[in-house]
Amino acid sequence: MPKIESPPPVTHPRSRRMSSRGLAVGSVLLLAILVSLPWWGTPDQMRTLVEFIYFLALAQMWNMLAGYGGMVSFGQQAWIGLGGYTLIVLADDLHVNMFLAVVVGGVVAALVALPTAALAFRLRGGYFAVGTWVIAEVFRLLVASSTEWLKGGLGRSLTAAGLIARPLREQYTYWLAIVIGAGAIALVYTLMRSRVGLGLTAIRDSEAAAMSVGVKITRIKLLVFMMAAFGTGVVGGLIYLNALRITPQASFNIQWSAFMAFIVVIGGLGTIEGPIIGAMLFFVLRHYLSSFGPWSLILLGSIAVIMMLVAPDGLWGVLHRRFGFELFAVRRRLPAALAHGQSAVAEGQPVLSDPAVPETKP
Amino acid sequence: MADHVLAVDHIEVFYNEFQALFGVSLEVAAGETVAILGANGAGKTTLLNTIAGVLAPRRGKVSYRGATVSGSPAYRLCRRGISMVPEGRRIFPSLTVEENLEVGAYSGRRGLWQRDAIYNLFPILRDRARVPGTELSGGEQQMLAIGRALMSNPDLILMDEISLGLAPLVVQELYKVVRAVAEAGTTVILVEQDVTRGLKAANRVYCLLEGRVSLEGRPAELGADQISRAYFGV
Amino acid sequence: MQWVNILAQGILLGGLYALYGTGLSLIFGVMRLVNLTHGDLMVVAAYLALVAGQLLGLSPWLSLLLVVPALFVIGVVLQRGLLNATLGKGVLPPLIITFGLSVITQNVLQLGFTADTQGLDAGPIEAASLEVTKGVTLGVLPLITFAAAVLVLTGLQLFLTRTKLGRAFRATSDDPTTAELIGINSRQVYGLAMGLSLAIVAVAGVLLGVRTTFAPSDGPARLIYAFETVIIGGLGSLWGTLAGGIILGVAQTVGAQLNPAWFQLAGHLVTLALLAFRPTGLFARTRDAG
Repeated sequence: MPKIESPPPVTHPRSRRMSSRGLAVGSVLLLAILVSLPWWGTPDQMRTLVEFIYFLALAQMWNMLAGYGGMVSFGQQAWIGLGGYTLIVLADDLHVNMFLAVVVGGVVAALVALPTAALAFRLRGGYFAVGTWVIAEVFRLLVASSTEWLKGGLGRSLTAAGLIARPLREQYTYWLAIVIGAGAIALVYTLMRSRVGLGLTAIRDSEAAAMSVGVKITRIKLLVFMMAAFGTGVVGGLIYLNALRITPQASFNIQWSAFMAFIVVIGGLGTIEGPIIGAMLFFVLRHYLSSFGPWSLILLGSIAVIMMLVAPDGLWGVLHRRFGFELFAVRRRLPAALAHGQSAVAEGQPVLSDPAVPETKP
Repeated sequence: MADHVLAVDHIEVFYNEFQALFGVSLEVAAGETVAILGANGAGKTTLLNTIAGVLAPRRGKVSYRGATVSGSPAYRLCRRGISMVPEGRRIFPSLTVEENLEVGAYSGRRGLWQRDAIYNLFPILRDRARVPGTELSGGEQQMLAIGRALMSNPDLILMDEISLGLAPLVVQELYKVVRAVAEAGTTVILVEQDVTRGLKAANRVYCLLEGRVSLEGRPAELGADQISRAYFGV
Repeated sequence: MQWVNILAQGILLGGLYALYGTGLSLIFGVMRLVNLTHGDLMVVAAYLALVAGQLLGLSPWLSLLLVVPALFVIGVVLQRGLLNATLGKGVLPPLIITFGLSVITQNVLQLGFTADTQGLDAGPIEAASLEVTKGVTLGVLPLITFAAAVLVLTGLQLFLTRTKLGRAFRATSDDPTTAELIGINSRQVYGLAMGLSLAIVAVAGVLLGVRTTFAPSDGPARLIYAFETVIIGGLGSLWGTLAGGIILGVAQTVGAQLNPAWFQLAGHLVTLALLAFRPTGLFARTRDAG
């Protein structure tokens, strides 16, 4: 028998929130430790951390799009490939400094995101997700068929990397990664605390209501879409700066979006802490299961499915609800009296939901 | 209590954290026509939805023919004989008039309400049989909605604001049909914002105010002042 | 003459694509759900037919008798067991769940059957062709596929318009709450709709397996073709799906003729062009994907 009774009232445990000062101090300390790694750690450790950071940053971007923006995309690999190829073309063909080229890759991605959005925004929900995937496929196929310049399926190597001595290059790559990782978190944090973030939350809760109070939905969604493209593009550059070799099938691969989606869903959608936890878990899993191939993907997929059914808020959501943990305070709390009145739902709202209403709440 | 076809016993109904009904109780005897009056937001539709099985009370229960039905989903209650004409008519746009009626018989309950009987009740529907349901006028759609609800041959029919947005003459015709349905033995619970209509059509009325029963009685025994106070709460 | 042949091939390919798209369109119409495992289940059907052939000696055509019911049951179980629980909880859960299942399915198939490509053996019919008029030769198998598509679409149309359950499907897709009021168990309807969708997928999968080779990771491309068929043809129109399939098939075939590497790309570009200029698709009747 379907449960149609309304849930018992939620009692919010008093948020055990780190004070902003505590957070700032903690972050500075952590950053200091990380930045100093080249002097007391091994190149292997640096490389591992770089990899962790790119999954973390990618997840933050996917979460910004899906968790905060309500747009589920399976086409983020478009920006990874674009960022990676921009790096190669700028650094090798145009002799631009390769570290700078990584950032330019993000800008290129953001620019291409504009016409992409013009197409993709005509779709919603599941169709939007597949539509972004198709667009990424177009990029892949175009690059793959460009056999002269981009060497098609054979891919290209970052020959400019040879210009710097390896230990130095690895150090710079590592520091760049830290900047990118911190930057990704800072970007999401700043966005959500801004007016744009408020608009996003409104859109997520109810597009119709948001529109009626003047929230410019398309403009905000476009902004978030482009910012996510920028961030993902920059990470794409970083990935191939690290890997030194790019192919269309590796860079424009749906697996990137799959990993981003799974990390965010497992860690916790719609929070900044969620993707951090998710990335840590993902990384550990990958490390121990890398030799098992299909099994690791089956396990990852299964965990994502189970999480979605049992704990849609992700691991962080569970921790937050049970213990009140909160690191990055971006949630807006209404004063209690207002909250009570606000949640009044129109009479006659069916409990058996109407799937025709495209809901964007996670 | 055993005689009553429907007994609502101190139900409390919530929408997430918002409480819409506070300990509402009522009884309806077989064959009675009961009107539920009240202003917008008083909880009338919530009450009807709870009886129909669309909502479940957090506390309290609804009994139908002696058996507890609160918590049962609407489709099961339809098969047991409770039918509802929903607020806003909710005609299926993808179906024609005739298909809307035919799908109303989905529950398979037998009785005197067959397609032709409905057409006799509402001849205009027969004329517009092949028209998509939502292309009818407001009054015609209301007739169709009532007809559709009757097709499941209910013992208890709930009608939510059938007069809403319709011209007085049309409403009059509709209420003639309500009387015919009641005279055929069906128990009727109707929600009405139009107090006069409600008082005229019903054997007994309840008045809801902010989620609570504020008045109950036979129309003849209730004074205008009493009703005003119960309706507006002043 | 060359081009007439190519056009004809593309049109017939459209029949297969119409089968791909119909299942997807059906469940989106009834419950606004996009099943990202759609393509993988086609591959599963092909593998089931393969196993039926190996274990029971059944021809691909006879194996349909097993594979279609099997996929129907999988559909009902998938919907009632997993997806119904996500109703009303937003766009993300069904997407993540079906995507997760897609990843799981592909990898399970790989573990079970290795990544080697396989094929279904239907005998000489696979290469048979018919000379329709001077210079125009059509493959028998593509003709059968196209006929199958028309049959399935007609059957589905009749089901939806002439049967009690079909009416219930339409009513539920319009307004599930009111459908419940008249005695329709919407969750049961969703289960049956998914079952029906996958039954069609089964037919597509077996035809695919006969026509060409298949491997565990072939699902996603099929999902994309199904999606493109629906986007081009428009939502809510069964015959629009056939039109969409034909346009996609022709685009791909013509593209491949210009350059073999452009097979998929041509289809993608036509889809995106449609999206740019006619976002609701060519023959949309009900709500669009927007």
